[in-house]
Amino acid sequence: MATVDELADVRAGDKGDTLMLAVLPRDDAAFAVLERRLTADVVRAHFAPLVTGDVGRHVVAGLPALVFRLPGVLGGGVTGSTVLDGHGKTLGYHLLTLELG
Amino acid sequence: MTAARTVRLGAGAGFAGDRIDPAVELARHARPDYLVFECLGERTVAAGHARRLADPAAGFDPLLAARLRGVLPHCHAAGTTVVTNSGAANPEAAGDCAARVAAEAGLGTRIAVVTGDDVLDLVRALDPVVWETGTPLSEIDDELISANAYLGAEPVADAVSAGADVVVTGRVADPALYLGPLRHEFGWDVDEHELLGKGTLVGHLLECAGQLTGGYFADPVTKPVPAPARLGFPFADVSSDGTAVLGKPDGTGGRLDRRTCGEQLLYEVDDPAAYVTPDVVADFSGVSFTEVGPDRVAAQGATGRPRPGGLKVTLGFRGGWLGEGQLTYAGPRCLDRARMAADIARERLVAVHGLPEEAIDVEYIGAGAALRGLAPAVDPVEVRVRVSARVPSAEAAEAVGWEVESLYTNGPAGGGGARRSVTEVVAVRSCVVPREHVSPRVTVLP
Repeated sequence: MATVDELADVRAGDKGDTLMLAVLPRDDAAFAVLERRLTADVVRAHFAPLVTGDVGRHVVAGLPALVFRLPGVLGGGVTGSTVLDGHGKTLGYHLLTLELG
Repeated sequence: MTAARTVRLGAGAGFAGDRIDPAVELARHARPDYLVFECLGERTVAAGHARRLADPAAGFDPLLAARLRGVLPHCHAAGTTVVTNSGAANPEAAGDCAARVAAEAGLGTRIAVVTGDDVLDLVRALDPVVWETGTPLSEIDDELISANAYLGAEPVADAVSAGADVVVTGRVADPALYLGPLRHEFGWDVDEHELLGKGTLVGHLLECAGQLTGGYFADPVTKPVPAPARLGFPFADVSSDGTAVLGKPDGTGGRLDRRTCGEQLLYEVDDPAAYVTPDVVADFSGVSFTEVGPDRVAAQGATGRPRPGGLKVTLGFRGGWLGEGQLTYAGPRCLDRARMAADIARERLVAVHGLPEEAIDVEYIGAGAALRGLAPAVDPVEVRVRVSARVPSAEAAEAVGWEVESLYTNGPAGGGGARRSVTEVVAVRSCVVPREHVSPRVTVLP
């Protein structure tokens, strides 16, 4: 079973308490696999205890890339929480550990 | 036949604390037409207001003078105009600071200041709904100390048109710092949505500086970046039709290719088809990148739709004080001892100092703290316990680090390396105000 780490790079960004994850497949074959298997539901399950709302997914075919929005993960965002990484910059690497079914 | 004219935009900084030497290198060797220092996050502007309330001459980027001292001689030699939002909460004082640096350098630099983003009185009068709470501003108990509207490219273009060599602004949307010079150079109008979308793409790609050239990208295994300690900052050569070729100075470290550009394109972007700015709703969904040379990438395919009627405003509130303390445990049972330490600190912060239990956060650094419980904690070889709390008073915040430090002699065995800090918190929230209520102004300093 492949992990996302074997197929793609991930960049994390934040807006308020929403975590944004851009997934950039390393080649067209990887994109085909990820477009099919890395659904919003699968990503939601991987971040399950922290997500508070619907996980959104956009496909940017020209790059190609997938963009996910995960509301609530940052628990109030950079000024609402006292945790060290309020931006969630470290959390992109958690998506890399997801095993694709 | 002459080659089509291009305008070179250089990225001099991607955040308030960014490095200075790559900007100097860019100014010297890439000789851009414009060098942009983006130095203003949401919290930066609100924190600037907190500093300004304590000292009326403060509130702008403390590194502004050092940045200008580094680049102004090269900018003067190359005819480069500097654009920066380093004015933060006090653009007027930042303009005065820039004038002092320019006078020291004796270069006859003309400075323009953009104001009008401060809308504190306006939001008090309009009482808009706050996004995060869904309630009118007046129903929020926290003390409001600042409100800054995101201005667009227009006042930046006007300041450049007025002949400024240095343009200092407060809250201007990051990509608008780049779009302003393009509007001035190419005469792009407010209703040329496609061109504004293309210019916004360029601004968005450049606004985080080193993040386009291998910063926040590098991974020694999957994404190696050459000479990262000498990471070069990027520039873009933009044509009047909005097409752009991105580059970085020859001989610098870092890398610029389709992968670095792809990551930065989507950084902090929610819907790639609707990237909302004060100037345009840019559509990046059709963007593609072509490698046209070593560390040279052409960007194409952006477009745009009409700008929104409202301007986003960042509201700053006094958010109390953050106290924290940290202590390391290592070797057998280190995580058990760290947990014991945290339990003791928590009990005493509540019982002895009267802190509310729910205000106290505990992280076990090295045992999955950053992953927020998403990954199972495995026994680490060492762990650093961090206790933090946001509380109304500096005195209560002081107690947090004190209780962690006192575990040295009163807590579990083998605790070392205690550190403590207390900082004031400025909380930010957002709202929207109608555009017609906001009046940007450009002042050219005498």
